[in-house]
Amino acid sequence: MAEASSIPAPLGATDVFDDLPHDGRTEHARAMDDRKFTINFGPQHPAAHGVLRLVLELDGELVTRVDPHIGLLHRGTEKLMEARTYLQNVPYLDRLDYVAPMNQEHAFCLAIEKLLGVEVPYRAQLIRVLYSEIGRILSHLLNVTTQAMDVGALTPPLWGFEEREKLMVFYERACGARLHANYFRPGGVHQDLPSDLIDDIGRWCQTFPAALKDIESLVTENRIFKQRNVDIGVVSKQEALDWGFTGVMLRGSDIPWDLRKSQPYECYADLEFDIAVGKNGDCWDRYLCRIEEMKQSIRIMEQCIHKLRNCPGEPVMIEDNKIAPPRRGEMKRSMEALIHHFKLYTEGFRTPEGEVYASVEAPKGEFGIYLVSDGTNKPYRVKISAPGFRSLQAMDWMNRGHMLADVSAILGSLDIVFGEVDR
Amino acid sequence: MSALVKQQELETALTPLGAEMVGALGVQAQVAFGELTLIAERDSILDVLSALRDRFGFQQLLDIAGVDFPDREERFEVVYHLLSLTRNARIRVKVTTDEVKPVPSAVSVFPCADWFEREAFDMYGMLFSGHPDLRRLLTDYGFQGHPLRKDFPMTGYVEVRYDEEQKRVVYEPVKLTQEFRNFDFLSPWEGAEYPAPVLPGDEKVKG
Repeated sequence: MAEASSIPAPLGATDVFDDLPHDGRTEHARAMDDRKFTINFGPQHPAAHGVLRLVLELDGELVTRVDPHIGLLHRGTEKLMEARTYLQNVPYLDRLDYVAPMNQEHAFCLAIEKLLGVEVPYRAQLIRVLYSEIGRILSHLLNVTTQAMDVGALTPPLWGFEEREKLMVFYERACGARLHANYFRPGGVHQDLPSDLIDDIGRWCQTFPAALKDIESLVTENRIFKQRNVDIGVVSKQEALDWGFTGVMLRGSDIPWDLRKSQPYECYADLEFDIAVGKNGDCWDRYLCRIEEMKQSIRIMEQCIHKLRNCPGEPVMIEDNKIAPPRRGEMKRSMEALIHHFKLYTEGFRTPEGEVYASVEAPKGEFGIYLVSDGTNKPYRVKISAPGFRSLQAMDWMNRGHMLADVSAILGSLDIVFGEVDR
Repeated sequence: MSALVKQQELETALTPLGAEMVGALGVQAQVAFGELTLIAERDSILDVLSALRDRFGFQQLLDIAGVDFPDREERFEVVYHLLSLTRNARIRVKVTTDEVKPVPSAVSVFPCADWFEREAFDMYGMLFSGHPDLRRLLTDYGFQGHPLRKDFPMTGYVEVRYDEEQKRVVYEPVKLTQEFRNFDFLSPWEGAEYPAPVLPGDEKVKG
């Protein structure tokens, strides 16, 4: 485990220290030295939410320093992306925050569209928003329930995963994959949604609030859950700003900032929803924010479904075949379409030279893509700015002075997924 | 509102702000793609960042990105992304550096610069003077080299495996069963210019 020294000598056993130089301290003070030790938390710890190694310096049960060692899941995504065309890069984004894959693709597509100056068709915007909100619920369900598990409750994850499973099926029915969707493409989404899928999502939106209420009844006012989370990991407004917190970490500290409202992208400006903020900035407030955000996501999804039903058959991808591939059927008949298809899937499209930063309000906070283009068919540099990375580096000051058991509660409330932290 | 209109609106809003910063901070400003970019001097970056935070209300540092341009005299760009919640605006600040010239660390202005700079150091080998703890962040313990430099091969130099005989993980030079193939698909998208130059045999058609 660690450099924990020998078993503390019983008080009064003076002979243990006889060979040490006398420094004027009492035997009791010397015995207390043995309370200071260093332990490894993870990388194989169930509450580490993946592969996080925390080197904890403890004074008894008090945490005096936390040194997170990350990078155990580092796959060099940014390096790999420099060697592939824009279209080939989209699936890499799924593998970052793998509990809400489409939200990441969204940021990348927005960055490319900003470079190209492309406007996505309205129906595609609706589908993107619909699936971004599904992603938000997927992520929050995982986080909220595992946060409860980190402090000892075993049932909430089981209940939450049942709902997540249904959402995964919606992912699968839209794009064929439960996790690695590759569904959002520059210029729109890959396929239109079948109408019965839209109906099924609509039906799920009606049943989900009851399921969420069940989970809430288990967790929210639970005595143990509150004892473990209220007033733990308090983040003040100023700290939240200084440490670059975004998303729920910022809103939990009573700063009403949500990119969907303040810098609306896609059709968020047309949709009605509220932003939930916490009051005290502790772990419990962040939990409550996430619960409320799920309810707001349902509101957004219902509006999207209503709007989607009003525009059946409208395009979900821009018509420009220099960027978006032609339909399969068209490709079989038109020579022009065949050439476009071939060129797009070998050379890919080129973007104008320049640099852009595009961001979305991902479930965990602001997920940004800084894209530098040199005018070729591959990005010159992609910098993925992940919300989990910014939150995780706060582990040190957030944990100082807390008990060892609070480490997992605080970590749970940060909402970390290692795919995006390590990249 | 279409994306282009929105972008133009942003640009008209950002241009005077950029001009104000040019006057106040001694930087160059560019507006492109609806985004404001400041190009600052390496030595004055801390003054620029703290002035942006205190006088212009950019409260948050969201990211520090490195970019490598091996052909330039100072090959690295350090790119700071700032966000203002009160102005609802973003700004990008760039400085250049190379392998040996250190950039003053922004940790004293924005504490969250800590890991961003550690990551940039890890990936590019940029140095940040005054950083409290400039260790590698994402790569393996004992890793050598800086993987995001353009001259670092994508496959890396070493691979690891568990050795059953030695009962430990061993590092070996990378062995690829198939060489990594990076096809150059770049070609003129629009095809030949028209009227096309006369190809051999064309003269027979005119006959």
